[in-house]
Amino acid sequence: MATIAERSEVTAPAAWHWTRVRNNRNFLGFWFMLPAAAFLLLFLTYPLGLGIWLSFTDTRIGRAGVFIGLENFVWLADDPVFWLSVFNTFLYTIVASVIKFALGFYLAILLNNHMPFKAFIRAIVLLPFIVPTVLSAIAFWWIYDTQFSIISWSLTKLGLITENINFLGEPNNARASVIFANIWRGIPFVAITLLAGLQTIPASLYEAATIDGASRWQMFRHITYPMLTPIIAVVMTFSVLFTFTDFQLIYAMTRGGPINATHLMATLSFQRAILGGNLGEGAAISTAMIPFLLGAIMFSWFGLQKRKWQQGEADD
Amino acid sequence: MAEQVSPSRQATAAARPNLFQRWLERKREAAEGTDYLTSLPKRFVYVYLPVLLFLFILLFPFYWMGLTSIKPDSELIDLESHNPWWVVNPTLAHFNRLLFETDYPTWMWNTMLVAFSATFLSIVASVMAAYAIVRIRYSGSNWVGGLIFLAYLVPPSILFIPLAIIVFDYGLFDSPLALILTYPTILIPFSTWLLMGYFKSIPYELEECALIDGASRLQILAKIVLPLSIPGIISAGIFAFTLCWNEFIYALTFISSSENKTVPVAVLSELIDGDIYHWGALMAGALLGSVPVALVYSFFVEHYVSSMTGAVKE
Repeated sequence: MATIAERSEVTAPAAWHWTRVRNNRNFLGFWFMLPAAAFLLLFLTYPLGLGIWLSFTDTRIGRAGVFIGLENFVWLADDPVFWLSVFNTFLYTIVASVIKFALGFYLAILLNNHMPFKAFIRAIVLLPFIVPTVLSAIAFWWIYDTQFSIISWSLTKLGLITENINFLGEPNNARASVIFANIWRGIPFVAITLLAGLQTIPASLYEAATIDGASRWQMFRHITYPMLTPIIAVVMTFSVLFTFTDFQLIYAMTRGGPINATHLMATLSFQRAILGGNLGEGAAISTAMIPFLLGAIMFSWFGLQKRKWQQGEADD
Repeated sequence: MAEQVSPSRQATAAARPNLFQRWLERKREAAEGTDYLTSLPKRFVYVYLPVLLFLFILLFPFYWMGLTSIKPDSELIDLESHNPWWVVNPTLAHFNRLLFETDYPTWMWNTMLVAFSATFLSIVASVMAAYAIVRIRYSGSNWVGGLIFLAYLVPPSILFIPLAIIVFDYGLFDSPLALILTYPTILIPFSTWLLMGYFKSIPYELEECALIDGASRLQILAKIVLPLSIPGIISAGIFAFTLCWNEFIYALTFISSSENKTVPVAVLSELIDGDIYHWGALMAGALLGSVPVALVYSFFVEHYVSSMTGAVKE
């Protein structure tokens, strides 16, 4: 392509050299990449590095810090609240992701059936994912109210409980409540992306299996699941990643309480760094999240690799 | 598939003149794959009932949000004389209070400004970057494509502390510009990745013809590639817009004065005075704050879904 363009310019020898530079791929590529690269380098790569550097300093709000080595991490290693937040983060991520995956997959299979108002149902299913998390978290906050909770009211009227459930005031209830809200928000994403995957599976496979007398479970186990594993790997990586680094939902509903029972690493780092002013310590908590994120990214990478051999020539 | 079974199907339909059954037959003709093998009661138990249950749970918080926002305060705190699942004397008092006694319209405007500006900046930067990676193919473009995917996986919750320092150093603290400049870091990786997929699907020949005719790269981008990838650009734009509207941690950290806050942050921090929760106003605020994204989404459902699934499938 470039040679064709050059040849058309040959009649103007003086401009020849400049045209050659102008059509050079790397020269052009540089200018086209500049805006995106500027944003990403200034506000993503640089802060990422700065964050890791901060975690080795004792920076506070309004005061530049000095290098103190691993002191922040040593301090955190002795801090029971930090370990509680690590425990909460893993509990939150594992429980929510497993349930999101199971129910989301189930919903995707349900929606893959033919039904009245199919398009409309698929559209409104995604609403919890569209609506800003904080705003739906406020709705949950009100649903979980100690005095006026509609759940407590309904269960009382049904005669199942005698006194109101203390949803957000008791540690384990609070954990279950925020996990439920997170699952509620995450199911549509898993369901709709897996549904898109389900629609790419050729119907002929199911027809062949039906003729061979396969049961519904066998069809799921030996057709649906293996055909979907690559997409599942990617969807779940995203889901795990966003659950692990969740901040909004917890901040809006409990701010980490009661007695730190729902503090995640992200909310704890916000509390220590922005509210408490210990930027260095907060950055150390953020940095402690990075190894896990790398693990999730590696997992996603291998999920993508797997895709190539599974779909063969269909994948470009 | 449908053709193979239809002759026998038509025979049975003719044998039974019942209109309802004929209708059912036609429904089955339209159904996909092996669906016709399951009977209606069975489908009801295994498909419709679970779907209805899911819909109830997924939509209930919105119903509750809407219902609370039109309930008078007396009904909100009195669960005995009325059934709380319904409203007896609906009122617009909460909306009235929200729109005329708080800064809510300002917060809406701020969110709108930030979301539109950040989306616009990101889409322009992403179109150029995606075109360069896919079509100009400078040396190392494959690597850059991979790095951009990695950037998509870096979450804001590990960046907000160092970014707060950077924003402060640049003198952007408490200004909408801080959000307009930082949101693209969330949006660019995702939209570049999505647009790369779209650009790949445009035939090379079109660009070659234009090059032979003496068009520059910018002309090709503006007159050939962009018009052909409008669906992709709309998808990326819609998704970016909803992400902006949803963003919370940067807005919470970088903005401090009430008149510069975005809706999610302001609803949470400004509508609660002390220990008194104005649930009606809070729910009205949450509902109104969800309306813009819900509207945008309802007009572009297909685009939104394709961008969400596209980012995963690529």
